[in-house]
Amino acid sequence: MGKLYDRLVKDIRIKEWLKACINCGVCVAICPAAEFYKYNPKTIVNIVQSHDDEQIEALLKSDNIWYCGECMSCMTRCPRKNAPGMIIMALRSLSIDMGYFVESEKGRQQLPLQRTFCSNILDYGYCVYPRTFAYEDHPESGTVGKWISDNLEDVHKRLGSNLDGEGPGVLRKIPKESLDDLKAIFDVTGATARMKLVEDASAKKAQEMGLSIEEYVKKAFNDPGHGHTNE
Amino acid sequence: MIKEGKVKIWSDYQKEIPDDHWFYVRSCIRQNFFPAAEVTFLKILREELGKDIYETPRHTTCGGIAYHLECIPQETQMTIIARQFALMTEAGYENYTCSCVTSFGLYSETLETWHEMPEVEAKIRENLWKSCRMEFKVPKYLAHTSDLFYKFRNDISAKAKYRLVNKETGEPLKVVEHIGCHYAKMFPSKGVGGAEYPYVLAGMAESWGGNIIDYPERRHCCGYGFRQYHVKANRGYSLSNSYKKFESMEPYHPDMIITNCPGCHYFMDRWQYVIAEQTRKTYGQNGYGIPVFTYEEVAGLTLGYNPWDLGLQTHQVAVEPLLDKIGIEYNASEKYLGTGGKLICTPEFPMSIKCC
Repeated sequence: MGKLYDRLVKDIRIKEWLKACINCGVCVAICPAAEFYKYNPKTIVNIVQSHDDEQIEALLKSDNIWYCGECMSCMTRCPRKNAPGMIIMALRSLSIDMGYFVESEKGRQQLPLQRTFCSNILDYGYCVYPRTFAYEDHPESGTVGKWISDNLEDVHKRLGSNLDGEGPGVLRKIPKESLDDLKAIFDVTGATARMKLVEDASAKKAQEMGLSIEEYVKKAFNDPGHGHTNE
Repeated sequence: MIKEGKVKIWSDYQKEIPDDHWFYVRSCIRQNFFPAAEVTFLKILREELGKDIYETPRHTTCGGIAYHLECIPQETQMTIIARQFALMTEAGYENYTCSCVTSFGLYSETLETWHEMPEVEAKIRENLWKSCRMEFKVPKYLAHTSDLFYKFRNDISAKAKYRLVNKETGEPLKVVEHIGCHYAKMFPSKGVGGAEYPYVLAGMAESWGGNIIDYPERRHCCGYGFRQYHVKANRGYSLSNSYKKFESMEPYHPDMIITNCPGCHYFMDRWQYVIAEQTRKTYGQNGYGIPVFTYEEVAGLTLGYNPWDLGLQTHQVAVEPLLDKIGIEYNASEKYLGTGGKLICTPEFPMSIKCC
C-alpha cells in the first residue's frame, strides 16, 4: 500500500463512501459529466481501489478529477453504496495538498476560483456577492442580468433587499464580528493554509509557463482548452 | 409506474416537519438572483400563516459553494455549519430551515457524518470553541424551506386567489417540477418523497391546481456543476445539461417550470436565453420561453401578490404569457420601475427569445 493511498483513506469521504466497486457502470450511465467530458467515474474508482500509488499520482495530476460537477446523482444509484462524487472530492483535496493540481488545465482553475470565492466569504460573508459578480464575466445572465447589474441598488431596493444594510434581510451587511469569526475558522481549520498553498504553487507554475500571474488567472478562467469534451 | 406504486414509495419517504418556530438561514444564490423570493417566503409564513420564523443578521454563508469548488477543506465547511447551529442554539430554537439546496445537502451530510463518526463532531466542536468561543446543540429538525411550503400547501391553497389553471379552458396547467440534486439524491430519506419520486414540489403544484408532467430527463441535473459554471471556460457543461432537459420536456408542452433550488431556477431561466440567442430555438409558445419559478413565487402568484413585488421582472424568460393564461392581473408599465415608481432604465430586448 503506497503513501498516497494511505493519505486518501484517511479522508472521511473515502471512509464513508468507498466500499468495493463492482464495475456495473451505473454511475457512468447517470453521470452528467460523463456525457459531456471524456470522463468515466468508474475508472476513477477503479484506480483508487487498485491501491496503486503510481496510478493514483497520475490521476491526481490529470484533468480527469476536475470534470465531475458534484451533483451526486451517482450516490443515489450505486447498488453498493459507493459515492464516486465524494471520492472525487477527496481526490481533489489531496491533489491540492500535494500541489499536483497545477499540472492539469482544469486543476489550474483553482486559483481564480479561490481568489473570488474565498474573498467573497472573508470580505462579505457570502459565497456569491452581487458587487463581485461582474456582468462581463457572466454574459449568460442576459439582458436582464445586465439591467440588474447596472441598477443594482434600485433593483434590490424595489425587491425588498437590505443590500449592505444593518440588521437582518436579503444581502444585509454581515457584522464585522461575524466576518472575524469566519477568518478565525479559516485559520484554525486549514482554509487559510490551503489558500497560501494554492497561491504559491500557482505562482511557481505561472513562472514555469512563462506567464505573469494575471495572465495565468485569465487563461485558467477563460480558455476552454482542447480535447476535454466528447464530440 | 402505476399511481399506486408511486403513492407507496412516497409514503415511505414522508419526513416529519414541525408546525412552527423555525431558525432561518438564507441562500447566497437566492439572495443574489431572486431576492424577492426570500422576502415572499417570510411574508407568507409570518403574515398569511402566522408562523414564528427567526433570522439573525449574524448568520453567514454556509460555505457550501466554496466547499464544492474545493476552495475550503471539509473541516472548515463543517465548522462554519457548527457556527450557524451555535447561533440557533443561542436564539433558543431547535428547528432549523435553510433556503439553499446546496446548504441543505451539506447540513444533511454533516449531521449524518457526525452521527456515524462522533469523533468528527468532537473535533468540530473543538474547532468552533478555539476559533469563535461558541458551543452548539444539533438541530432537532432540519428542513429545506420548500418542505415548509409543502407542509402548508393546503393552507396556502385555501387562501389562494388564483389556481394553476388555464382560465380559457379550465384545464390544469402543465407543470415541470425540478428538484435540486442535493435535496434528496445524497440522502433520500431527508427529502419529502425521496430521490426517485420527490413530492415536495409536485405536492405544491397539485394542491394549487396544476398537473405534473413526467418526462424522461425529469431527474437530470440542471447542469450547475459548481466549477463547471463558475469558471467561464467550463460553462458548456452547464448549458449542455440544461439543453438536454429542455429537449426532453419539449414534447410535453409545459406551461411552466417550478424549482426548489435557486441555482436550478437561474440556470433553467438563463440558459433558455442563451440557447435562443445561439440557435434561435425557443421552448415556449409563439417564440417565448418556458417561464421558470421558485415555489415562493408561485405561492405568491396564487395568493394574488403583485408579480413585480415577487421579482418576476428579474427573470429573463417573460412570465406575462403565463400570467395571461391564468388570468392574473398586472400592470405591464410598472414592470421595470424602482421603488415608489422611480423611473430606471429598462433591459434591452434579446435577439431571438420573445420578451414582453
